[in-house]
Amino acid sequence: MIDVQNDSDKADLIRATSTGLVCDAGQFVIDPWKSTHTALITHAHADHARPVAQVYYASESSVPLLKQRLGEDKDIRGVPFGHVVSFGQTNVSFHPAGHILGSSQIRVAHDVDVWVFTGDFKRDHDPSCEAFELVPCNTFITEATFALPVYRWQPGSVVAEEIWQWWQSMQSAQRPAVLFAYSLGKAQRVLSELTAYTDKPVYLHGAVEKLTGIYREAGINMLPTIPIDLKDKSVDYKGQLIIAPPGASGSAWMKRFPKASTGFCSGWMRIRGNRRRRGYERGFVLSDHADWPGLIDTIEQTGATRILTTHGQSSTLVRLLRERGFDAQELETRYSADDSLTEETESDSTLNSSLDSGQATS
Amino acid sequence: MQSFSRLYQTLDQTTSTNAKVAAMAQYFDEADARDAAWAAYFLSGRRLKRLIGAATLREWLKASCDLPEWLIDDTYASVGDLAETIALLIARPGNAGEEHSLANWVEQQILPLREQEHELQQRTVCSWWQTQNYEQCYIINKLLTGALRVGVSQILLARAVAEQANLPRELILHRLMGEWTPDVSFWQQLVSADTGESVPSRPYPFCLASPLEAEADTLGDVREWIAEWKWDGIRAQLIRRQGQTYCWSRGEELIGPRFPEIEAAAAGLPDGTVLDGEILPWNENGVMPFAQLQRRIGRKTVGKKLLTEVPCIFLGYDMMESQTNDIRSQSFEQRYAQLQQTVNTLDNEAIRLSTVLSAASWQELAEQRQQSRDRQVEGLMLKHVSSKYETGRKRGLWWKWKVEPYTVDAVMLYAQAGHGKRANLYTDYTFGVWQGDKLVPIAKAYSGLDNKEIAELDKWIRKHTLEKFGPVRSVEMQQVFELAFEGINISTRHKSGIAVRFPRIARWRRDLGPKDADTLDQVKALVQINDVADIADTQVSKSTGNSTS
Repeated sequence: MIDVQNDSDKADLIRATSTGLVCDAGQFVIDPWKSTHTALITHAHADHARPVAQVYYASESSVPLLKQRLGEDKDIRGVPFGHVVSFGQTNVSFHPAGHILGSSQIRVAHDVDVWVFTGDFKRDHDPSCEAFELVPCNTFITEATFALPVYRWQPGSVVAEEIWQWWQSMQSAQRPAVLFAYSLGKAQRVLSELTAYTDKPVYLHGAVEKLTGIYREAGINMLPTIPIDLKDKSVDYKGQLIIAPPGASGSAWMKRFPKASTGFCSGWMRIRGNRRRRGYERGFVLSDHADWPGLIDTIEQTGATRILTTHGQSSTLVRLLRERGFDAQELETRYSADDSLTEETESDSTLNSSLDSGQATS
Repeated sequence: MQSFSRLYQTLDQTTSTNAKVAAMAQYFDEADARDAAWAAYFLSGRRLKRLIGAATLREWLKASCDLPEWLIDDTYASVGDLAETIALLIARPGNAGEEHSLANWVEQQILPLREQEHELQQRTVCSWWQTQNYEQCYIINKLLTGALRVGVSQILLARAVAEQANLPRELILHRLMGEWTPDVSFWQQLVSADTGESVPSRPYPFCLASPLEAEADTLGDVREWIAEWKWDGIRAQLIRRQGQTYCWSRGEELIGPRFPEIEAAAAGLPDGTVLDGEILPWNENGVMPFAQLQRRIGRKTVGKKLLTEVPCIFLGYDMMESQTNDIRSQSFEQRYAQLQQTVNTLDNEAIRLSTVLSAASWQELAEQRQQSRDRQVEGLMLKHVSSKYETGRKRGLWWKWKVEPYTVDAVMLYAQAGHGKRANLYTDYTFGVWQGDKLVPIAKAYSGLDNKEIAELDKWIRKHTLEKFGPVRSVEMQQVFELAFEGINISTRHKSGIAVRFPRIARWRRDLGPKDADTLDQVKALVQINDVADIADTQVSKSTGNSTS
């Protein structure tokens, strides 16, 4: 782990400090968690986009999501993917990360020194967002959420077919099918993938509905959706698919779906125990993060010799990379951690969960 | 095995008992008798004698994937289940492998491994890993290690078989008891019409009591209840039929050979006798500590020395069969009278009668219950005088009325991730109490917190880890828990010098700091242990009774 106070690290173009990933040469902070002037935002999930800056730069397609998350009045400036913007002595560009709509890797170049921060990323095909772009660099700062070899994903279309089969079986069983999926990104990916199988409408929890509207405006093809009207008692949810954020699981909100079968969409569902102890009937292994082969391949393909890891199974990945001759280190950040099962965080209460670094955080 | 694998998935994916029963009934409907017999065998919790040890499987796993050993260890620690780790690391989606029926897999593929050389075993098993899909790979591994847990109770299984065969559930449940070979003739007999057939060794399903949570006087007139001491031994069923004796544990294991004195005494029982009771270590001074009984359980056959040191008795509670007649539907009073007569006629010290306590009021009974610790019993059993000998746990007729446990406030020292449902979650904790200015470990506990507390504590543990030792983490000594336990033994194996029985977490004491935790002396004082104790694993004979304030 990098000691943030150490002077010898000043040569680094990007440093993890108590404010965020700071670039002194460019006078900006990437995905800051403490107040600052200029922020570069990788994507609109709450652990990366916090209302702590005066000016925000992000990919064009993530601007509507950020306005929704941070507030309409915020100064949020969209930059087209691949377009170079100068900040201080650096040249900065945004490149698709394939995580959610508008999610970016941020490339920072200072003379010949080129750094890329992935934010969160995945390599798998996802019809609801821009495809990952490989960006060569010297130093690659990567997430490590699923950095264990057991995490290998099936294509999203295959998982969507499982979801569709489950939905159909609930239609014949006349039970509601409540699918828990993160309200930003995962829910829309599922709605989009399912268009291959059906055109039936899906009921949405309020938290999912607003964000889905933004995806629709961005031209993403998804199943028709109906917001759940809490006051309308006449709706019969038997055989219907309902998408809700994981936080709604076990809450009073669930009472309106008696005898519901529950499913959860997450990379964590790869491990049986994770599903069993959360009490979901079905676990659908669908993640918006890179799986193990995705992480390793991407690291090798960037050509970077120095790898810094942020959140997730950092220590495992670092150890393996070192054995393979990389200069690898863990960075301490406040992006949401692996073990707490908050794949993409939705509420501030989980923001403080620290890395599984074995270290007490201050 | 595809259909069994699908059944396993279905059972694993639903919490609805009706759905589980329906899935099993459908399986039995479609399966041939040989497969159905094996499925019933595994679904009833029976297992193959372990074919390959976990350590060996880990070695083979390391040899068959291209990853550093430490990474495989890390991965296993995170997944928490070896069979699953192997399936996740090696099986590829789309693998179809060769399809065999469940019976074929077990009889033709898996069991013959026993006769094979180590190297051939490895080649065979590794080729299954490479060719089977994830679900089948997982099930095969579970069968190899002998630990396929399906999450189905005997009663659910019996319901499914009964539904499919259109027979009474009780009959199926009874036929599933004891030892049997999963073959075609077993299955055909299981689902055949009731012919009043009898298998001499077959035990009856045990009747179980529920914990009494309400006040005792809510049970009504005390004269309608029979109270007995609740002993801490091994619940057992003693069968004498056709000149043979069978002694079954509740886990349906034949344990007779470990208790030759009881088997010898049972030979004097009339043919067609079945007793329910408790095996207890008992010398001329009365009952001995459970730890002594453990010495007997640990051995398949018992030497002379141990027989003399730890003599055991069967304490009769109830009688299910008398003169070859099933008397389970008679009232407890009637059954007890026959039990009494049988035990008295036998007149052998190794088979005794559990005494019935007399009390004119609940108050009087409550006072007697307070003597439990002095008598080294766990409390009282309450049985309604008219109660039948039911199958399983039927609320309302048999109650266990235990004494309050001992409690201490202790500090969390170490945490370890659990297995299975609790894999990748820190759920196994070690607690310590003060000895001078140091905290010494006194107990490990796994249960007592709800899921929300476990999740919160898990997060806390990850943030406040001091050191990692393999799967174990030492944590900052901050969190205090109230632990409950049933007894305290002196132990030379533990640093603290004591070992506690049945420890569990009673409460998370967020209101207490580490300084508020108890000291080792305070814990010992609960049962008046002195530091001079020098006998290993000997329970302290006298106690002060209830320690909760």
